[in-house]
Amino acid sequence: MKPLQKRVIVNGLMNVLSGAAALLVILPLVLVFGFLVYQGGSSLNLAFFTQMPKPVGEAGGGMANAIVGTLILIGLACCVGLPIGILGGLYLAESRDPRLPWVVRFLADVLNGVPSIVIGIFAYTLVVLPMRRFSALAGGVALGVIMIPIVLRTTEEIVRLVPASLREAGLALGLPNWKVTVRIVLVTARAGIVTGVMVAIARIAGETAPLLFTAFGNRFWHSRLDQPIAALALQVFAYAISPFDDWHRQAWAGALVLISMVFLVSLAARLATSGLQRRTR
Amino acid sequence: MIGVDANRGGSAHGAPLPRAFFLTPRGSLWGDRIFQGIVYAAVGLFALVMTGIVFALVVESMPAIRRFGLSFVTGQEWDPVKEAFGALPFIYGTLLSSLVGMAIAVPLGIGAAIYLAELAPFWARAPIGFLIELLAAVPSVVYGLWGIFVLAPFLRNWVEPLLGGTLGFLPLFQGPPYGVGMLAAGLILSIMTVPFIATVSREVLLAVPNTQREAALALGATRWETTWIAVLRYGRSGLVGAVLLGLGRALGETMAVTMVIGNRPEIAVSLFAPGYTMASVLANEFTEATSDVYLSALVYVGLLLLAVTVMVNSAARLLVWTVGGSVKGIRE
Repeated sequence: MKPLQKRVIVNGLMNVLSGAAALLVILPLVLVFGFLVYQGGSSLNLAFFTQMPKPVGEAGGGMANAIVGTLILIGLACCVGLPIGILGGLYLAESRDPRLPWVVRFLADVLNGVPSIVIGIFAYTLVVLPMRRFSALAGGVALGVIMIPIVLRTTEEIVRLVPASLREAGLALGLPNWKVTVRIVLVTARAGIVTGVMVAIARIAGETAPLLFTAFGNRFWHSRLDQPIAALALQVFAYAISPFDDWHRQAWAGALVLISMVFLVSLAARLATSGLQRRTR
Repeated sequence: MIGVDANRGGSAHGAPLPRAFFLTPRGSLWGDRIFQGIVYAAVGLFALVMTGIVFALVVESMPAIRRFGLSFVTGQEWDPVKEAFGALPFIYGTLLSSLVGMAIAVPLGIGAAIYLAELAPFWARAPIGFLIELLAAVPSVVYGLWGIFVLAPFLRNWVEPLLGGTLGFLPLFQGPPYGVGMLAAGLILSIMTVPFIATVSREVLLAVPNTQREAALALGATRWETTWIAVLRYGRSGLVGAVLLGLGRALGETMAVTMVIGNRPEIAVSLFAPGYTMASVLANEFTEATSDVYLSALVYVGLLLLAVTVMVNSAARLLVWTVGGSVKGIRE
């Protein structure tokens, strides 16, 4: 075989191999999603969204409390994560200090890699121990801390993209710096920041580990925010490891709802980004 | 400090910015001062959270550290009733399951990244990239559910008997096929980490300057040779960083692993045997910890887990950043 022939063959072979790798990577998505639709679709009905969990042995029932609980937890997490994330990102993008931003950026990236269950322990010692009970608040704090690095880094990147001329225009009109930042820079970067927030929400919506010993889960409606609260992901976990077929079916339905929520939010974030890119281009 | 540099413009990262920033109070504008204060408060709060995480874990695990010291890491017995706590089975389980996961995920992830960044036809790149990102967004508990009811039975009925029959002479593939166990945990971990490895590697490869490729192509290299000689070698440290980021994920992954690993604190060589990981023991036993020492020992496990993942992630960040001064927008 001529050397050139061999090289062309190797080239083709690697093409096929790397393509196969890409296909194999996507395969689980098809398998997981297929089973979710197949198993979860059949147990999904209106009652699932409107009713409470039924005791073992009684068929039917739903996860209304868990769906609402997840939404409340996301809201609480936003109260914790958004101010710190957005203001911190603003700081990273605008600070002229040579060292401190580097440290903050590095810490944010490290925090992004901290296992969520460890953040759960943090929220446990910070909120659960002093209050002496599991609570929605503790769950919100845990999820909020997980949001911070994601929001912080996307905000930073987006704020950097705001054209300098816009800032200069505001300053030329005599606006104070803070007004330029709040009314011009943040408003211009709005769409991008919202995207970052949605990515963060997609991530925390399915988080289970940090909620195990903070929000704890609840089979009933929560009464106050300092009480344990149900969450969809927690309920799916509890039902999945239970020995009852009825509950397994509910777990599949819950997982289908959960993944649909996460995918919709991710998709919205994706569309917002592509719209943003078109506009800035 | 900030005021001094503020008028220079330009920074280590990104394009030069205009002169005025909210962080430079002009004259006696109180609004600027107040806003500056708010921003600094947010950054301070963030720093407080970071130190708080470390502080909380150290304080809570102090009783266990005092009582067991470093022998905690080598102790093999985990018996809450006797208050004997050794974390070795969990450390072993975390390392082995992550190792199995990485053995599968690394070649697949980097292969997929090469395909997406270098070899795939242009129309296919965005959709495949998007699907891989979706895969990264699937919640852990959903993978766990799928693992319990689809993957584990499949392994028990098909894969493990087959592996046991053909490769059974290796200690890795001996023992009864349970389905749940190290192999299932490793497979789930590979599925969960591969999207991270693939997307970060793709970003690294895309950050390699085009002049590298053009030079190799101009010398008559094929596309693959270009990739191998000019792109992969250039992005080497970034790729190692991507793998380490994936490893960090695998080490700390909790729910899916907890659901398929079998949760038995024993050290077994066989991949078919059930095991336990540091993260799953926290998930399973934290709310059940009845005594202070028990809880403290669990937090100690959490502290070890934190230390390992922080080290792996810091190394990963530094490596990715070395390729990337130019690589922006690498996010997990």
